Amino acid sequence: MTEAPETTAPQRYPFSEPDRLNLDPRYARLRRDEPLTRIRLPYGEPVWLATRHADVRTVLGDARFSRAASVGRDEPRNTPRQQEGGILSMDPPEHTRLRRLVAKAFTARRVEELRPRTRQVAHELVDGMLAAGPPADLVEHLATPLPIRVICDLLGVPVADQDRFHTWSEAIVSTTSLSPERAQEYIDSLFAYMGELIARRREQPTDDLLGAMVRARDADDRLAEDEVVRLAAGLLAAGHETTVTQIPNFVYALLTHPDEWARLRARPDLVPGAVEELTRFVPLGATSAFARYALEDVELGGVLVRAGEPVVVSISSANRDETVFPEADRLDLTRQVNPHLGFGHGVHHCIGAQLARMELQVVLETLVARTPDLRLAVPESELIWKSGLLVRGLVAMPVSW
Amino acid sequence: MSTTNEQWRVHVDPTRCIGSGICAGIAPKHFVLVHGLARPLAERVAPDDALVDAADSCPMEAVIVSEADGLRRVAPEP
Repeated sequence: MTEAPETTAPQRYPFSEPDRLNLDPRYARLRRDEPLTRIRLPYGEPVWLATRHADVRTVLGDARFSRAASVGRDEPRNTPRQQEGGILSMDPPEHTRLRRLVAKAFTARRVEELRPRTRQVAHELVDGMLAAGPPADLVEHLATPLPIRVICDLLGVPVADQDRFHTWSEAIVSTTSLSPERAQEYIDSLFAYMGELIARRREQPTDDLLGAMVRARDADDRLAEDEVVRLAAGLLAAGHETTVTQIPNFVYALLTHPDEWARLRARPDLVPGAVEELTRFVPLGATSAFARYALEDVELGGVLVRAGEPVVVSISSANRDETVFPEADRLDLTRQVNPHLGFGHGVHHCIGAQLARMELQVVLETLVARTPDLRLAVPESELIWKSGLLVRGLVAMPVSW
Repeated sequence: MSTTNEQWRVHVDPTRCIGSGICAGIAPKHFVLVHGLARPLAERVAPDDALVDAADSCPMEAVIVSEADGLRRVAPEP
C-alpha cells in the first residue's frame, strides 16, 4: 500500500485522441504496473483512474463510492459546464425512487415484447438501404433510424420530431463538438420539448412510457416534476445516441475481422454471444466521466483512496483485462465466459441494456441474413470518425453487398 | 422497518442473474456478488424497503422477495 504520489503530476486524460476502435497501449501498462493512477481531465479536480476489471467493478458497485457526493465538488469532467443533478448524480434510495419509475419498461421480459416489431423495422430499413445502393450509408439507412424508432415507440415520442431531438441529443455526448453555449441551448431545448410532451399527457393520458411516468409522478409527490422531465429527456437522448453509435462500431469491428464475420454468417445462432463479445471488445468510450467519491477510506488497487477523493474508471480497459478475459485483445465471438462491463455495473448499470442488446442482436441477424456479402465500400483508411464526443463512432459508413 | 415478527424470504434465480450489481448496490446488507453473480446474504430476513427496491430494479426480475410464512410475493411487482 502506498500513499498518493504527491510528487508526480497527474497525467492529462484522456491519454490520446481516440484512434478508431484501438485502445491506447498505456491502459495495458497501467493494469499491470499501476492499476490506480492519478489523472487530470480537461476540467475539474485531479482524480484517480481505475483500469483493472476488479477495481472498476468495485468503484461502480460498492456503496462506499458515491455519485451524490460529487454535488458541490469541482467534478472531473470533459466540458467546462458542471453536471447539474439528474439521476446520475444520485445514490440509493433517492436514485432508486426515480429509476423505478421507468425500470419496469426495460426488463428483459418487456423488451422481448418489442423484438418482433424491431425485426420488422430492421427489415424495412434494410429494404430501403438495398434500394438506395450499393453503395449506401449504413449510418443513415439503418444505424440511426432503428434505435430512434424503437425508443420513440417505447416512450411515445413522435418519430416526426426526430430531426429536432436527434440534433439536441448530441449535447448529451458532446465534449468539444459543440460550444458550451450551443450545448446548453440544445439541452434546454430537449428539456423544454420533453416538458411539453409530459404536460400534454396530464390533459390526455396515454399508454406509453411517458404516460406511465406522469401517472407514477402524480402518485408519489416525493418525485420532483423537473426530475421526471430530465429523466425522460435522458432516456430519449441516451436511449438512442449510444445504440446509433454502437451499430456501426459493431459492423466495423466485424468487417475488419472478416474471419469473425464469416463465422457469424455460417452460424447466426452465435448472434447473442457476438453482441456480448462486441460490447466487450468495442471501446465505446473516448474518455471517462462521472467520478465516484469515496465516502470512507478504501483500499483499492494497492493504494489507499481517502474519504472524499474521486475515482473514475476505464470500462474499456476493464474489458481488456487479461486476468479475466484470456486473449483479451482478440475478438472471439464464441467466448464463453464474458463478464464484460460494457453496460457499467452497480446501481447506475445502463437501464437500456436489455433494449440495446435486443436491438443489436436484431441488426446483426438481419444483416447476416439480408447482406451476407456486406463489405466497406471505401478503403478502411477513408472512413471518417467523429471527434469531440464522449463516445467513438463513425460519421458515415459506406457499404456494399 | 417492521416491528412485527414477520419475515421475508429472499431468492436470486441464478439462471436469470446477469451480475449487473444493481441489487448489491441498492441493498448491500442483503446481497453480495460471488463469482460475478448475486447471492442473498441471508435467506430469511426482517422486512426492509431496500429489498423491494432491489427486486423491483432488477432488469432480469431475478430477485424474488416473498413472505417467509406464506406464498404471497412481496416483490417484484408483476
